[in-house]
Amino acid sequence: MYARTVPIVPASREKDGAFEYLTTRKDELIGWARKFSIFPYPFVTACCAMEFMAVSASPYDTDRFGAALPRFSPRQADLLMVVGTVTHKQAPILLKVYEQMCEPKWVMAFGVCATSGGFYQNYAALPGIDKVIPVDIYIPGCPPRPEMVIDGIMQLQDKIAGSRHLIVNDKI
Amino acid sequence: MSASMPIFDTLQERLAPTAGSGLVSHGILVFALPPDALLPTVRQLRDEHGFDVFLDVTAVDWIEQVPRFEVVYHFYSTAHKVRVRLKTRVAEADPGVDSLTPLYGSAAFMERECHDMYGIRFRGNADLRPILLYEGFVGHPLRKDYPKQQEQPLVPYRS
Repeated sequence: MYARTVPIVPASREKDGAFEYLTTRKDELIGWARKFSIFPYPFVTACCAMEFMAVSASPYDTDRFGAALPRFSPRQADLLMVVGTVTHKQAPILLKVYEQMCEPKWVMAFGVCATSGGFYQNYAALPGIDKVIPVDIYIPGCPPRPEMVIDGIMQLQDKIAGSRHLIVNDKI
Repeated sequence: MSASMPIFDTLQERLAPTAGSGLVSHGILVFALPPDALLPTVRQLRDEHGFDVFLDVTAVDWIEQVPRFEVVYHFYSTAHKVRVRLKTRVAEADPGVDSLTPLYGSAAFMERECHDMYGIRFRGNADLRPILLYEGFVGHPLRKDYPKQQEQPLVPYRS
């Protein structure tokens, strides 16, 4: 019905100078790539899970940040999201999961319980997961609003983008 | 739910020889009985009066009282749709009562939990390993003399 008016021509292999190469800093390039491929591992233990579901659902669309697809193997994950209260009995499990993750890896403490133990201060609860593993981003709230989580993800993106990315690190 | 329920009158009458007199509190018939009378009373409740559900066992730490602990049992009858509570006191030196595992299989886990939290020893329960706590935990956290903020971490803290 409609005549094709634009002729299809094969892509020219001739060099015309456009985008043949660009210069950038290695850390900026890798940081830019990494900040949009945050594959989270949800270590979900308590009632914050409800808010985690809310933030994972389509209205908040964490895929905008490349952080939507959870990996249920720590070996494939970049971001350990600790969602909820961690007890002393669970702490060895959390440590084992963290140690199984490949570098580079980041940890998010989701909610006050993961941040500091929250209102638990007793025989059972771990007073903050940073007693056991290093934490990159803390999100307070009981539970945090999805907006706070998204803000946390964005701050983590800034942190990833602004940090050094060693291609050959001292462990190799 | 009141004292006028006929099943409560029957129970009061039938259990009086072993459990003493009971009273109705918030719609639950309550008996305070010596530890020796526990097993026969529970057997009678189960076999003769249709109390087929063992709801829970827990304890109360009346610190500074003698005997110190009160072990509390709740039973439910699906036939009569009423609850009965049994309470028995045990001393701090030997906090032991007979296990209800021969009568109710569900008692095994609940007694383990009660042993975790209060250190009540249930004679006849073959498996009193920690169920909510972990191996190596010292003390019983729901006793009133357990320090409120004392932690027993399994993983050494960083820094």
